[in-house]
Amino acid sequence: MQTLTSHRLAGLAAIGLIAVLLPAFFPSAYYYRVGALVFIFALAAIGLNLLMGFAGQVSLGHAGFLGIGGYTVLIGPTYLGLPSWLCILGGAALSGAVAFLVGRPILRLKGHYLAVATLGFGVLVAIVLTNEAHWTGGPDGMSVPRLVLFDWRVRGSDTWYWIAAATFVVGAMLALNLIDSPTGRALRAIHGSEVASSVLGIDVARHKLAVFTVSAIYASIAGSYLALFNGHITPEISGFIRSIELVAMVVLGGMGSIAGSLVGAAVLVVLPQALTVLHDYEHVVLGLILMGFMIFLPQGIIPGVAGLLGGRRT
Amino acid sequence: MAEALQFFFSGLTVGAVYALVALGFTLIYNASDVINFAQGEFVMLGGMSTVFLAAAGVPVPLAALIAVILTAAIGLALHRFAIEPARGASAVALIMITIGASIFLRGAAQIVFDKRFHSLPPLLGSEPLRLGGAAVLPQSLVVLAGAAIIVVLLWQFIDRTLLGKAVIATAANRLAALLVGIDTRRIVGLSFAVSAAIGAVAGILVTPITLTSYDVGTLLALKAFAAAMLGGIGSALGAVVGGLLLGMLEAFSAGYLSSQYKDAVAFLVILIVLLAMPQGLLGRGKVERV
Repeated sequence: MQTLTSHRLAGLAAIGLIAVLLPAFFPSAYYYRVGALVFIFALAAIGLNLLMGFAGQVSLGHAGFLGIGGYTVLIGPTYLGLPSWLCILGGAALSGAVAFLVGRPILRLKGHYLAVATLGFGVLVAIVLTNEAHWTGGPDGMSVPRLVLFDWRVRGSDTWYWIAAATFVVGAMLALNLIDSPTGRALRAIHGSEVASSVLGIDVARHKLAVFTVSAIYASIAGSYLALFNGHITPEISGFIRSIELVAMVVLGGMGSIAGSLVGAAVLVVLPQALTVLHDYEHVVLGLILMGFMIFLPQGIIPGVAGLLGGRRT
Repeated sequence: MAEALQFFFSGLTVGAVYALVALGFTLIYNASDVINFAQGEFVMLGGMSTVFLAAAGVPVPLAALIAVILTAAIGLALHRFAIEPARGASAVALIMITIGASIFLRGAAQIVFDKRFHSLPPLLGSEPLRLGGAAVLPQSLVVLAGAAIIVVLLWQFIDRTLLGKAVIATAANRLAALLVGIDTRRIVGLSFAVSAAIGAVAGILVTPITLTSYDVGTLLALKAFAAAMLGGIGSALGAVVGGLLLGMLEAFSAGYLSSQYKDAVAFLVILIVLLAMPQGLLGRGKVERV
């Protein structure tokens, strides 16, 4: 157990080191921008990975929580005069509360039925954000006030790169701790078999609800960052496509692998940026790459590559 | 009353299209346990190919036929080159493959065709018929008739032919089907082709009413997936019922409540139904073996 923990800490340290060293190779501010987006999406992906990779529950509506987090940092400062940093926390609390309330009934559903119920939740959030135009600015969205921390106006891609990277490392650390706790083991047992784990005395409903709530909080914070970083928000943030993108990051990187979530986010953030040079052929190539990865590494990039190298430990 | 009838007919028309796409979902799911999110792209391909073949001077009926065959071939290719090589992958990985395929097909359509909206001439003219105070487009009746014919044909095929029995056997238990000498790989391939063809027909029938463009597939796949789940995944009757019900829900909530919130109402009802009946309206419960 001790070696496992230190193993994981080494992995975290490696990620932190990469985050610190990478900017040395950034030729322009644009790279900081892409880097910040990678870490922000990776944060949401870790949360979803806890739900999907460890507890085995699908959510096709997680962008709904991105939207709640994102719009809280729009509405709080703009209409209520609250500081943005407080709204990040408020959005996280709100998302957690919504997840708790919504999760209670829908987490009883299984497999594809859960998928469609969460999908419905995401669609509902997107519709509300689109139509309550007097608060949200409607389909065109609104500009989001900048984050101000103790009279320091946070701006610039490089600053956001560091904030996102630091938050990601903290988020990853918390996630790894959760996985190693009795709750984490209970979640993996639920993934294996709900009936068997309830026979073992695990409160299946409570654990599923807890991890759903935690994953919503991760997504919400990522959504707040995304809105503050872009300085503008539209309902597209909680659209179906975004939810699919989050799931794709988790699956592509590897379900149940925290490092995989970072890799998955990196691939799906960087690829579309890199492929814009192909103009019309962008989507064709993106689709082919996505299919190729899943056909040849169906377990995801990190577990798949680890398996190929023969170093896979189960 | 005339108003309600009007909503009824428009709901029925949209619902028939959802039902066909949901039926495609069900066919593929039963044969292979794959939820095929590229199902909506089949609808798009059917409509767009017909439009462009017709524009190239091919008579519309022939263009429609070619479009259906073409789409079926693409369904077959999807199975052969993307699903088959990933055999044994997890359900989520397979879903991601179909999502990749849907992005690919949309991108390809954007290049081969274009990004504009297109229409087809309606089969029976565009003069609305008056039915009990409601104005109904003749093409709506064509969509309904087409959907009914497809459902009956499919049912006859599954129920009456040896190949259909093989499809049922494959759906029930792939290993057992293999053991009695059914080439399950071919059956799964066939399901992809048939469900692609059904999608294409739906796309061709509905194009004169709703228009088509390279990106109509996403929303359709989402709606039809919801419809299939509402009916109970794996049940063909459930797919039809779910599709029609979803179309009705949308039409009536758009008419009586708010057109902006029609999708919200539809999904709320789906959530409520699933909470009361976790296996959908007509789905069968599964017992988890430990």
